[in-house]
Amino acid sequence: MCGIAGLIHRGDSSDIGSELTAMLQALKHRGPDSTGFALYGEPVVNQYVIRFKVAEQEDMRKGFRIHEEVKDRKSEVDRRLHEIGVKIISEEQVTEYAYRYNFNYDGNMKRLADYVEDIEGAEILSIGTALELIKDLGDANTVSEQYRLQGFSGTHAIGHTRMATESDVDIRSAHPYWAYPFNDVSVVHNGQLTNYWNSRRELERRGHRFMSNCDSELIAVYLADRMEKGEDLEESMRRSINELDGVFTYVVATGDKLGMAKDVMAAKPMVLYESDDFVALASEEVAIRSIFPHEIDTYDPYEGEVRVWQS
Amino acid sequence: MAELKHIDSHDMGLHDEQLVGRTQEVFFSAEEGESFTYPDAFDVDFDRAAEFDAADMAINDINLKIRQLMGDGYGDITVRNPGAKHSLGVGILNRLNLTFDGSLGYFGIGLIDGPNVHVTGRVGWSCAENMMAGTVVIEKNAGSTFGAAIRGGDLVCKGDVGSRTGIDQKGGTIIVGGRTGAFSGFMMQRGRMVILGDAGANLGDSMYDGTIFVGGKIAGLGVDAVEGEMTELDAHWLEKKLAMYGLEAPNGVANMTKIVAGKQLWNYDNLEPTEKKLVL
Repeated sequence: MCGIAGLIHRGDSSDIGSELTAMLQALKHRGPDSTGFALYGEPVVNQYVIRFKVAEQEDMRKGFRIHEEVKDRKSEVDRRLHEIGVKIISEEQVTEYAYRYNFNYDGNMKRLADYVEDIEGAEILSIGTALELIKDLGDANTVSEQYRLQGFSGTHAIGHTRMATESDVDIRSAHPYWAYPFNDVSVVHNGQLTNYWNSRRELERRGHRFMSNCDSELIAVYLADRMEKGEDLEESMRRSINELDGVFTYVVATGDKLGMAKDVMAAKPMVLYESDDFVALASEEVAIRSIFPHEIDTYDPYEGEVRVWQS
Repeated sequence: MAELKHIDSHDMGLHDEQLVGRTQEVFFSAEEGESFTYPDAFDVDFDRAAEFDAADMAINDINLKIRQLMGDGYGDITVRNPGAKHSLGVGILNRLNLTFDGSLGYFGIGLIDGPNVHVTGRVGWSCAENMMAGTVVIEKNAGSTFGAAIRGGDLVCKGDVGSRTGIDQKGGTIIVGGRTGAFSGFMMQRGRMVILGDAGANLGDSMYDGTIFVGGKIAGLGVDAVEGEMTELDAHWLEKKLAMYGLEAPNGVANMTKIVAGKQLWNYDNLEPTEKKLVL
């Protein structure tokens, strides 16, 4: 089933960490297996943020050497980043297996991503100037507390509560998906794509790589691919309505935009609240009510509808 | 109980199910309808009013509270702050005036037979699914599959409604004050649907019977849905029905478009389903 949510403040920053945590916790019943956040903070000029992990949560309970292996993998990430010219400004160990770095880099971002992910067990969750992608097992409150997301200041965010149906319960299969290797693009999705393998093979032929077998990741890569070709976000999304087959509602975010799209059958739910300075959308109204307890006007976007908002 | 007709396919041994009870076709009796009550229905007094705040209550507790108040004889109940929770006001088989002061989530007011329900806010997906009788009036918008498979009563949304409105409608009246999404009236079998605004694509797709009136533009008709001729009786009925809920057709009822089943798709030869398989 899965639950998706998004919010955007137009023209101002807010505690989007707490807001999205409340929305996703209200959607826990739609997906209790894992929760993911794509939070868009305030970018610093010429500075990137990378979120990566060097093990799955369940790996930490396996084997006698796992803690040493995690240290070794992290050291290898540092060595390779240094080798290709990355200047790390600050680093933070968020969990036993997850890290957050601020860094400067003026080289090829795909090369950076490929070189880091070549290390066994290493996976980049996101790279961006504004995007920070956090996902782990458990409900929204658990993940938010674990990664200290309360008080995260930013303009917009998307999130996902996952009920695992066709792939494992692990961080790799959790949403949101970062559109590797494109900065700041992330996607959450509720639905099924029926032309997944055909579309994936086409994107792979053009050099894109996939970290999972999840169809939601394909939407992120598809949109980034279209934008790389020069289309803007809205054009890419409108094209996706015709080119992606299946039933889906997805939410996408870039460094300064939030968008939503619904397939022509409108088979997957979405409720939308929009005011002059704020937009919230979610699979169920209870999520929006978690940050707006008073009476508000909401509506369902229609079949084939695409909307994009600027922060 | 209606008796089972003699059917050739039974003699052929193709099936032997014995349909009984209300699933059988029963011709409408005004007297029976007015006097019908369920054996365990509560005897409520419409002059006795009660209200409670549902903000911090769980779904089950809210529904049980409504039932308890009916049991205490209250015929006019107001639920404050329903908070878009799911499955509120379901399974009420009783005469009752029920108000939700706020919005409901999914599957609100489903499986009801008799109450008059007023929602001051919005409702989510599948509102009043399988409604048998009574009235439900929504002041704001509604989600998809609004009034799925309703069999009777009046279901009214004064705002916009999502996709698949009245899917599998088997009777009653659905009124939409604004627009409605794609596949509205899909596989409609009986009853009337009135859409005062625009209708989405595939309107009335595969409808068996029933009538759809549209006041705005129609994005496209579904398979076997065709335009019918508006009659004086239609216009008269529309005027009276809309007036009951304070609604008006934007361009007048006479200018509404009437959609009916072309009846080219469904097999109207009275064959049993199993016999149709043999024919096919």
